[in-house]
Amino acid sequence: MTTQTLIYLFVGASFALYIGIAILSRAGSTSEFYVAGGGVNPVVNGMATAADWMSAASFLSMAGLIAFMGYDGSVYLMGWTGGYVLLALLLAPYLRKFGQFTVPDFIGTRYYSKVARTVAVVCLIFISFTYIAGQMRGVGIVFSRFLEVPVDLGVVIGMGIVFFYAVMGGMKGITYTQVAQYCVLIFAYLVPAIFISLMVTGNPLPQLGLGSQVADGSGMYVLQKLDASLVDMGFAEYTAGAKSTIDVFCITAALMIGTAGLPHVIVRFFTVPKVSDARRSAGWALVFIALLYSTAPAVSAFARLNFNETVDQTQYADAPGWFANWEDNDLIAWRDKDGDGAMDIAPGDAFEGAPVYTEERGARGERLLSNAPTEGANEVYVDRDIMVLANPEIANLPGWVIALVAAGGLAAALSTAAGLLLVISSAVSHDLLKRTFRPGITEKGELRAARIAATAAIVVAGLLGIYPPGWVAQVVAFAFGLAAASLFPAIFLGIFTMRMNREGAIAGMVAGLGFTFLYIAWFKLWNPAANVPENWLLGISPEGIGVIGMLINFAIALMVSRATAPPPAEIGELVETIRTPRGATAPAVH
Amino acid sequence: MADESSGSATNSYWRANIRLLCILMAIWFAVSFGAGILLRDFLDRFMLGGYPLGFWFAQQGSIYVFIALIFYYSWAMHRIERRHALDDDDPAAPADSSDGTAQ
Repeated sequence: MTTQTLIYLFVGASFALYIGIAILSRAGSTSEFYVAGGGVNPVVNGMATAADWMSAASFLSMAGLIAFMGYDGSVYLMGWTGGYVLLALLLAPYLRKFGQFTVPDFIGTRYYSKVARTVAVVCLIFISFTYIAGQMRGVGIVFSRFLEVPVDLGVVIGMGIVFFYAVMGGMKGITYTQVAQYCVLIFAYLVPAIFISLMVTGNPLPQLGLGSQVADGSGMYVLQKLDASLVDMGFAEYTAGAKSTIDVFCITAALMIGTAGLPHVIVRFFTVPKVSDARRSAGWALVFIALLYSTAPAVSAFARLNFNETVDQTQYADAPGWFANWEDNDLIAWRDKDGDGAMDIAPGDAFEGAPVYTEERGARGERLLSNAPTEGANEVYVDRDIMVLANPEIANLPGWVIALVAAGGLAAALSTAAGLLLVISSAVSHDLLKRTFRPGITEKGELRAARIAATAAIVVAGLLGIYPPGWVAQVVAFAFGLAAASLFPAIFLGIFTMRMNREGAIAGMVAGLGFTFLYIAWFKLWNPAANVPENWLLGISPEGIGVIGMLINFAIALMVSRATAPPPAEIGELVETIRTPRGATAPAVH
Repeated sequence: MADESSGSATNSYWRANIRLLCILMAIWFAVSFGAGILLRDFLDRFMLGGYPLGFWFAQQGSIYVFIALIFYYSWAMHRIERRHALDDDDPAAPADSSDGTAQ
């Protein structure tokens, strides 16, 4: 069978599996639609959370990013795992005890205010749509690369699949589909990683392989060899970072706290039966996430080492087969500036902007570009996603592994998109409709509204995927920064202080959100030319500014709450109840 | 000592929880922001196999410690809760009363 047939087979089989699960676990009540009835086993929930959390970006892009950032890539590794400690220790058990459906539910009830609930809904919808636009685009790109259909058609197919199991199954359907998706994606990630680790170091465990000697008889360690080869080519060492310490510190913190404040992650802990299950479930989620996140840095280093060794100074004619393959897919480009036929890698861009291929071929058979060349010696353009996508070919793995990676990338993108769609639809049907505008709505009416809201959200997300506004890539930092600066402090203070009141929480959320939004928008949208370290506040990049936003939120909230009336007595009782683990009930119909 | 003097089981339970949280959050900070970022240059002088130690903490070690922290917290809290008779694994407690909503 050809690789292409295998890809159709694997992707088709995995889709049939997801749809079958969706039919078996159809949601019949709002409780099942929003939180799967609150009866999910903590290990199962942990696995679903891991799939929900790990997006197309984690699966496809992260290893490539780290490969080119070296030590600086640690911000993603620590930032996107450390947040689970905050979740498990500071938020999840208490929110589970609170026992309702959504994050705005908690904020609206704890701060006895429809305004606070609405502010939370606005934060939630903004964060989720920013995130989901990237996911739908990811679905389209994986489809177009592996199934050879246009990106737009890929987005439509992806929308159809997500529609089927998110709208039908609600949280219950999503949870069990995500378990299947986790298994597909982790298997697809680990198989090539293990083979590459074996190939480079002789050690099958990538986590140990990265700390081992290269199996070429030189006796050098992997990182040592990588450092040496990069320095040789004029780059900084892999294990040294380019970012300032304060920036690495702040980005890591913003990603951690943002993770803990992301609504689609928090809501997963509403689905387990008990408070103690919420804690254990966060632990399991991190175990399942760590399987991929501890493997990723090894994949990065091996891929970079392989890439340097096989490409640098190599004649184009002698390049490995995957080079031409990915050149045909627009992910690699080579511009022979010095005319010697060898591919030279050096720091800096090979040419200006993203590659624009012409239809012609050059003297050595390479694809020609219309981009203006730069002054530097670098001749090779590489899309970073290639580090994961090309791994199976670099390691000479059989076609079924490539098919597996395609199915894994789709699983990662679809599972995250579905989780995000669910929080958007429940924010609309539950928080806006049931709790704010139409309190008299029936259970059946609310369920129907939730399905309609999910459908509408899928259409909007699909349109964002087909017509990506230029700012999508620019504002990914928004989602984490805004979650860190708005939702996290409001939830944290609501649990750990009795004195925090309506006025303090609203003022804090608005101040934190406003500051972070303006800072990121200024450097990313309105004045991107000024986005250099010299102009940053205290040297903190827009990616890390959510931490300062969070501190502002805390400071304003505490000051305003001291100056205004304390919360009513029943709020004190509510906080007492939240803090006591005994007696958590499944979220019921109100 | 303040533990015994002031009132209810809930209060002393909450204080024990906060004390545990402070210790675990300090470790959380120490392995990631401490060893992985602030002290990295110093730690990189030591090697763990082929890993410079600070680099290892940043890309491997901190993740493993995070997992251990969560499971330890889960275990230790359960013990604290049982001591204060506040745990949630009493089968008579209405933990699974999803009654009419499931189905």
